[in-house]
Amino acid sequence: MRIYIDPKIEQRFFRAVLWLFTGVTVFILFFIIFYVLKRGLPVVSLGFLTKNPVEMGKAGGIFSTIVGTVALTVLAILIATPLGVGSAIYLTEYTRENWVTRVIRFGSECLAGIPSIIFGLFGFILFVTKLGLGWSLLSGSLTLAFMILPTIIRTSEEAIRSVPYAYREVSFSLGSTKWQTVTRVVLPSALPGIATGVILGVGRSIGETAAVIFTAGSSLHIPTSLFSSSRTMSVHFYILAREGISMANAYGTAAVLIIAILVINVLAYTLMNKFMRKYC
Amino acid sequence: MDKTVIRAMSFSHYFGPVPALKNINLEIFQNEIFGIIGPAGSGKSTFLRALNRLNDLIPGSRPEGTLEICGQDVYAPGTSVAELRRRMGMVFATPVPLPRSIFENIVFGARMAGEKNRGRLTELAADCLKKTALWEEVRNRLDVSALKLSGGQQQRLCLARILALRPEFIMLDEPTSGLDPISTMKIEETLRKLQAEYTIILVTNNTKQAARVADRTAFFLNGALIEVDLTEKIFSAPSDKRTNDYISGKFG
Repeated sequence: MRIYIDPKIEQRFFRAVLWLFTGVTVFILFFIIFYVLKRGLPVVSLGFLTKNPVEMGKAGGIFSTIVGTVALTVLAILIATPLGVGSAIYLTEYTRENWVTRVIRFGSECLAGIPSIIFGLFGFILFVTKLGLGWSLLSGSLTLAFMILPTIIRTSEEAIRSVPYAYREVSFSLGSTKWQTVTRVVLPSALPGIATGVILGVGRSIGETAAVIFTAGSSLHIPTSLFSSSRTMSVHFYILAREGISMANAYGTAAVLIIAILVINVLAYTLMNKFMRKYC
Repeated sequence: MDKTVIRAMSFSHYFGPVPALKNINLEIFQNEIFGIIGPAGSGKSTFLRALNRLNDLIPGSRPEGTLEICGQDVYAPGTSVAELRRRMGMVFATPVPLPRSIFENIVFGARMAGEKNRGRLTELAADCLKKTALWEEVRNRLDVSALKLSGGQQQRLCLARILALRPEFIMLDEPTSGLDPISTMKIEETLRKLQAEYTIILVTNNTKQAARVADRTAFFLNGALIEVDLTEKIFSAPSDKRTNDYISGKFG
């Protein structure tokens, strides 16, 4: 026998449950941010941002690690975006669904599931030792690029697929070639989605530790070339905390990292909205 | 006296094993408005899309027989498809403005064909907007998104966008199916004005529209051409019973 539940009560109950789930998620997020900022912000000052670390990071600031983070992330994005968007265009516009595309997609999905420390190890063996690039920005950014590639492919593919078929038809009917259709019609419409993928990639690169420590090393000097070893903020945080050098400075670094990621996200979405509002 | 500009000879079109068009024999004359009527799935749109080879986009699409435009086989190897499509300007059932400004929508085709001169593009846009009676409505907001226009305005924009290709033909695939009567009237008026310069092929699921504007009308059914004749003849004394049944609303 089924127990009768008044649909109105049922409705109220599940609304409360769903609200609770959402609430817990948001609470955890805010708790982490609040905690890190509370412990980290007191350390953060202009000097902390503009001075290089002294005594392994016990004193001084984190300037060189900020430079390292920015350099590594920018390089990784510059490498991964063309590769990822290119693959996505190929998969969506230039082939039909067949076993080759399924293998490619499966491969890239698997790539997304590989733990970052494996990427680190792979990067270490291939770029650092075999190709002789050493611990360097180049090794680090190539490794990071491979790591974020699946995300960029996936989101770009979805963004490109969601561009209405009618746009392509119209573009062709107005005498455009395939390449013109892809570059002038499809990609601009897919841009917000592609940008989302790239921003996710930026977030992952900035926060990545394991893959970077093996490939870019942990030098505290400001990198001067693609072949300089460099330390990122997350690696710096890891080493400071792990080796008990300075918990205060570790949290300071973490606070800067979190604020940076927040600012990047807010900025990117604002820009995107502005762009979208103009013509869509 | 009437010059044949489009000639289909035993033309069929397959999607996979299924023919969407069966053995069509048809002639279209210069500067006429040629109406095509028929129920859904009768092959009217497939015929239009065969003319500008938009069917090529569909996997498994295969033409058979001959389809000639001004004596040239549309499917001959080495035909420039982009150029063909510019000659055969096409308006779709739902207006699809591209997500860019009104101006950029109109000059899209010209830009893709390599025109960069700002002055010529501006002139082209104004000229085409005037021909579709849209100029007065949008002249002050050419840089506004085309998606902000009303449905009727969007469809006239699509027509203007086609004119900017400097085509020889205008093909319309149920262009007023989503429009109100007044917008429909404006489009029909525009078509009559354009007839002097272009050959117009109008596919419509509204038989009355064909009766109003077409010089000659063809009736398609299940991929076959049943009958083609002067519009008055089709609507007053069709020679095939199925045509009569369709236009008198017995099916379709």
